[in-house]
Amino acid sequence: MRVLIMAKEGEQSAAATPPTPEAMAEYQKFNDELVKAGVVLEAGRLYPSSQSKRVRFDGKKRTVIDGPFAETKELVAGYWLWQVRSIDEALEWLKRAPYDGGTFEVRQVLEYEGM
Amino acid sequence: MTTEAHRATEAIWRIESARLIAGLARVVGDIGTAEELAQDALVAALEQWPTEGVPERPGAWLMGTARHRAYDLIRRRKTLELKHEEIGRELERTQERADLDTAIEEDVGDDLLGLIFMACHPVLARDARVALTLRVLGGLTTDEIARAFLVPVSTIAQRIVRAKRTLAEAHVRFEIPSGPERVARLASVLEVIYLIFNEGYSATAGADWVRPALCEDALRLGRITAELISTEPEVHGLVALMEIQASRLGARVGPTGEPILLLDQDRARWDRLLIRRGLTALDRAERLGGALGPYALQAAIAACHARATTAGETDWPRIVALYDAVAQLAPSPVVELNRAVAIGMAFGPAAGLDLVDALAGEPSLKSYHLLPAVRGDLLRRLGRSQEAGAEFLRAASLTENVPERDLLHRRAAECARERMTG
Repeated sequence: MRVLIMAKEGEQSAAATPPTPEAMAEYQKFNDELVKAGVVLEAGRLYPSSQSKRVRFDGKKRTVIDGPFAETKELVAGYWLWQVRSIDEALEWLKRAPYDGGTFEVRQVLEYEGM
Repeated sequence: MTTEAHRATEAIWRIESARLIAGLARVVGDIGTAEELAQDALVAALEQWPTEGVPERPGAWLMGTARHRAYDLIRRRKTLELKHEEIGRELERTQERADLDTAIEEDVGDDLLGLIFMACHPVLARDARVALTLRVLGGLTTDEIARAFLVPVSTIAQRIVRAKRTLAEAHVRFEIPSGPERVARLASVLEVIYLIFNEGYSATAGADWVRPALCEDALRLGRITAELISTEPEVHGLVALMEIQASRLGARVGPTGEPILLLDQDRARWDRLLIRRGLTALDRAERLGGALGPYALQAAIAACHARATTAGETDWPRIVALYDAVAQLAPSPVVELNRAVAIGMAFGPAAGLDLVDALAGEPSLKSYHLLPAVRGDLLRRLGRSQEAGAEFLRAASLTENVPERDLLHRRAAECARERMTG
């Protein structure tokens, strides 16, 4: 199965403090381990919400709203797409990530409709 | 809480078991003992973790526990062997312990590779290699393997037991082969991974036409192997082939589980991410230089389909050229049949039919359902509906897969209708 891991934008990333080289190296090591285990399909980091936009639909009307957005805890700062055998496997991998703060959300991707 | 810890433990096992078994196999020398030691560590974890909590580094905990058991085992073996050599014993034991520590702390990559080569050793029958690989490298239980291959659990259990015994009796060493042996051993590894993939991609039997979970297991094994032996073009070729084929998984099955053939598929449903990954892997194979091997060539063929926005845009002459290259490298009647299909598309059905007819007497294709299916297809395009219908019926009688058989019956019925109206 595929799971989408979403890193939530916390106070830290909203403040746009660049990660230290040590933190980057730790992250790289973890990501390498995931790649070697054949888990990572795709990974990406997003610009902060101050540079993002939203499009709201209301009947035929479309409204474009500029960031930043207030509900920082719900905003996505980065994502991974993983291939795992179970949600539990995803959780065990995620627990090994070298982070000391923040929240990550794990969602299963709907696949193979009609099978 | 207890079930949660159990589920966590099982997930950790899936992540750690291959590394664990590999590290132990290098030390104790055989897969059977290594797996038993690892299983013992799992049992200990299942007993302790639900009450004491999952340790911070569960992999290290499992390895530590298994390592203690390995010490005991080696000590017992030594006691038996060295009953009359008491003097050397203490020295030996100290040395063993040092070896064991290094073995476990070194990079696990080589261990995993050693385990892959061992589980896929050519001394084992194909079925045995497949079962053992899924078990020790994929971390699948015997039940899961049995379910995937639609055979009784006892059959898989026996297959694995026998495989371990065969490896022990043949004194297969835990090693990373080099020189000319490496080529043959690597071919066996790739064959096993592709067999697993194919069983998921076009199941040979049963009610489902595809079993995506098995494809995913094979893909993960392929990706792991490609990272371990990143300088071998064919490993990347195989990964490319599997990624691109897997990109069509969602498109090759209709709403009621019926197979949809490549040229009839809705290409908007092809998984662009897997196609991109496949093309990247193919690029990696090509960049390593040298002539493309059979897997990379087949990946290049799959890439021709992936790049065509519609079936009509397919570059069939290039596909024919690539099949020519496959046929030279790894000639087989199945490759010839595929080449005939491509020639039929590139240069017309009559040219394809000549080649298929030349294969008619081929003993290995005698009960291969795709031979009459391809022949039926070419005959139909030539307007020979009656003969085509008979071929589709013959093909249907040769496959054990229910949805595929239904599709062939439908095609036969279409031919009958064409005959009435045409």
